[in-house]
Amino acid sequence: MKLESNIPSGPIEQKWDKHRAEVKLVNPANKRKYRILVVGSGLAGASAAATLAELGYNVDCFTFHDSPRRAHSIAAQGGINAAKNYQNDGDSIFRLFYDTVKGGDFRAREANVYRLAQVSVNIIDQCVAQGVPFAREYGGNLTNRSFGGAQVSRTFYAKGQTGQQLLLGAYSALSRQIGAGTVTMHTRKEMMELVLVDGHARGIVTRDLVSGNVESWAGDAVILATGGYSNVFYLSTNAMACNVTSIWRAHKKGAGLANPCFTQIHPTSIPQHGEYQSKLTLMSESLRNDGRVWVPLKANDNRAPHDIPESERDYYLERKYPSFGNLSPRDIASRAAKEVCDEGRGVGPGGRGVYLDFSAAINRLGEKTIAERYGNLFEMYERITGENPYKVPMRIYPAPHYTMGGLWVDYNLMSTIPGLHVLGEANFSDHGANRLGASALMQGLADGYFVIPYTIGHYLAGVKPGSITNDHPEFKQAVEDVKGRISTFLSINGKRTTSSFHRELGMLMWNNCGMARSESSLKEALQRIPEIREEFWNNVNVVGSATELNTALEHAGRVADFLEFAELMCIDALQRDESCGGHFRTEHQTEDGEAKRNDEDFCHSSVWEYSGDTSKPTLHKEQLTFENVKLATRSYK
Amino acid sequence: MKLSLKVWRQKNKEAEGQFKDYTLSDISPDMSFLEMLDVLNEQLLAKGEDPVAFDHDCREGICGSCSMMINGKPHGPESMTTTCQLHMRKFKDGDNVVIEPWRASPFPVIRDLVVDRSAFDRIIQAGGFISVNTGNAQDGNTLPISKPDADSAMDAAACIGCGACVAACKNASAMLFTAAKVSHLGYLPQGQPERQRRVLKMVEQMDGEGFGNCTNTYDCEAACPKGISVKNIARLNKDFLKATIFG
Repeated sequence: MKLESNIPSGPIEQKWDKHRAEVKLVNPANKRKYRILVVGSGLAGASAAATLAELGYNVDCFTFHDSPRRAHSIAAQGGINAAKNYQNDGDSIFRLFYDTVKGGDFRAREANVYRLAQVSVNIIDQCVAQGVPFAREYGGNLTNRSFGGAQVSRTFYAKGQTGQQLLLGAYSALSRQIGAGTVTMHTRKEMMELVLVDGHARGIVTRDLVSGNVESWAGDAVILATGGYSNVFYLSTNAMACNVTSIWRAHKKGAGLANPCFTQIHPTSIPQHGEYQSKLTLMSESLRNDGRVWVPLKANDNRAPHDIPESERDYYLERKYPSFGNLSPRDIASRAAKEVCDEGRGVGPGGRGVYLDFSAAINRLGEKTIAERYGNLFEMYERITGENPYKVPMRIYPAPHYTMGGLWVDYNLMSTIPGLHVLGEANFSDHGANRLGASALMQGLADGYFVIPYTIGHYLAGVKPGSITNDHPEFKQAVEDVKGRISTFLSINGKRTTSSFHRELGMLMWNNCGMARSESSLKEALQRIPEIREEFWNNVNVVGSATELNTALEHAGRVADFLEFAELMCIDALQRDESCGGHFRTEHQTEDGEAKRNDEDFCHSSVWEYSGDTSKPTLHKEQLTFENVKLATRSYK
Repeated sequence: MKLSLKVWRQKNKEAEGQFKDYTLSDISPDMSFLEMLDVLNEQLLAKGEDPVAFDHDCREGICGSCSMMINGKPHGPESMTTTCQLHMRKFKDGDNVVIEPWRASPFPVIRDLVVDRSAFDRIIQAGGFISVNTGNAQDGNTLPISKPDADSAMDAAACIGCGACVAACKNASAMLFTAAKVSHLGYLPQGQPERQRRVLKMVEQMDGEGFGNCTNTYDCEAACPKGISVKNIARLNKDFLKATIFG
């Protein structure tokens, strides 16, 4: 496997412009001869599918949902960053770039991040033009809020439903193209396999989730925009169906998978309340603008929050990180919460929670202002917990939320398999070892609206359009492989449900490869995962048949892939013998418990190649060079 | 808590469906309604029976996947709440709970509680957008939008496309859904150039899909988990009339 990042030469401010001037183009009259398959219809997939169709390409877009509008991007709450500097508070493209590189703990590729910061401004303009109802000032201008890891106010938002509004914007652009016949939309079809012909990505195999039909689709290029893999932890803030299958299938066909151990644990989720829990619900990070995080000073203090006087409270984020306070980055805030809970100072059932208190803000601004800013979040909290956050402080705890790792891509967003492009959370670029709040929406839309439309042409210009159809033997083989796998699931007839395996794997990953990891916890996980996998393939019970809507069968395929992927995640976490961003190895911390990087040995992206044996992947390294942001210890004090 | 459930089971689009009875015990009041159904499904799977199929995904009340009638009400007894956000503390020990799919001919049942809502997508495809290609946009602040207009647009845009409005309506009308989009874009200056064409196209598609007419009973608004107001329907009617006369 060769890792050619294809970063353009020249000063960072000019790389993208230079690249756009140099990439090959496809003549407008020829674009309609090409067919592009887009898997996923979230921010990245929908924006890419719509934009490529506008350019004249034929697009087939696939989603396992009943409608492209259901993609999990819809659940993003807080906002989207852009270096508009509308607030005149010192923001700039360079500052957004700098904050993102630093926030990612120096494990992202500078050139990609700079481009992201550059196109961020176009995203806002595009979304406004589509009718996205961003929050406004009385004068009619767009307004901003602050987010973690930044000292400027650059986050655009639409109440607490920014992801929904941006996705509906992309969905409307996509719908327009579907109506025009340039995009063929395939709903309730799940990608099961990637098809390669002569080493190039040329198609996919899907299962129709209603009829059970296994079908193959050929195209001139394939785009995966299938999101992240937080559900490897079973309990996460991701939607129930989010999974690793498409990127794992691509990995097994030869795509390098980068930094799978870089996962983000979001500090503000509603704590778990019982064994039966199916998912965790996030409370937007924007709440940390006005909420103060605290725990009792004493361990095992069971008094109600109102009975604990100010002098016996520990506002630990404000204490430890005076300059960023409650808005310190996610990895830092999460670990700090774990630390105080480990000390026995956690609150709520099981002691796994900290308070997020709005009383000071309510006293200062009034309940009405707080309701205007966060009303829907407060209601959601009350519905779930039965407690009123205007009166009682919220209880929050960290939860798996986002995955920075993903398929390795070059500057053109192409993976190590020619023709296979990867966008949004599914790729590894841009966020390094930790993502800043409000940057996921920015990256998804940057990739889909403003990067891939330019870079895919560079690949397609060298491809003869329509040269491969799904009559090719590779397609027939892939369909047979998928059908074989499905019938294996149905023939095991064991005793345990797919959910019980998923839960067991998730618990293991959370305890051994979650917020903190150590050599011994990872080695233990690496021993356990193959055992669980072995049992899965001998003892899972998948009821029903292959030719009907079968939710147990759908879940079986996803869990089987998580059981393989989890091993790679632990191998990666073990190999990365340093702490950085969301990857916290307990062996590597400073005296006051902060992550301690090792730039000497680990200033690289770890890219794993499938070797035919899940337990023995081959490691390749992409060295990272920092020419514009000086490698430094991250400090938010 | 102990519960007696009556759940609609239907193998596929063509098959006849019927209610089946199940009893559950040890249900925690802190569970969500869907987690209660997860418990039921785990029990069914343990017995080798088919689990109850239902659409769900984000479980945060925003993706719009949930689509079940609970005791005759879309999304159940709690107002402004999707099924996934409904918690069992709203029920009492020993309650009988009847669970059915949305009932409307433009939403055919696919299996159990899963219905086909693609008609909604086709209404949007007919005109629920602003025709602007990527890359043509002017600076976001060159077009000031008054806060009340932006807020009204946002309130209408909050629709999650779940279909509760159709399920609640005796005419299976999709007016609230369609009006929410017409209204969202109609409040904004960007939406003006296509305003008349949009409403005509969307209404035409809506009628073509077999949704019924609005007779102003407002059951849609009462059932809407996002509180979309029927005022939007008045706006649609106004736009439609204007477009028909002057368009």
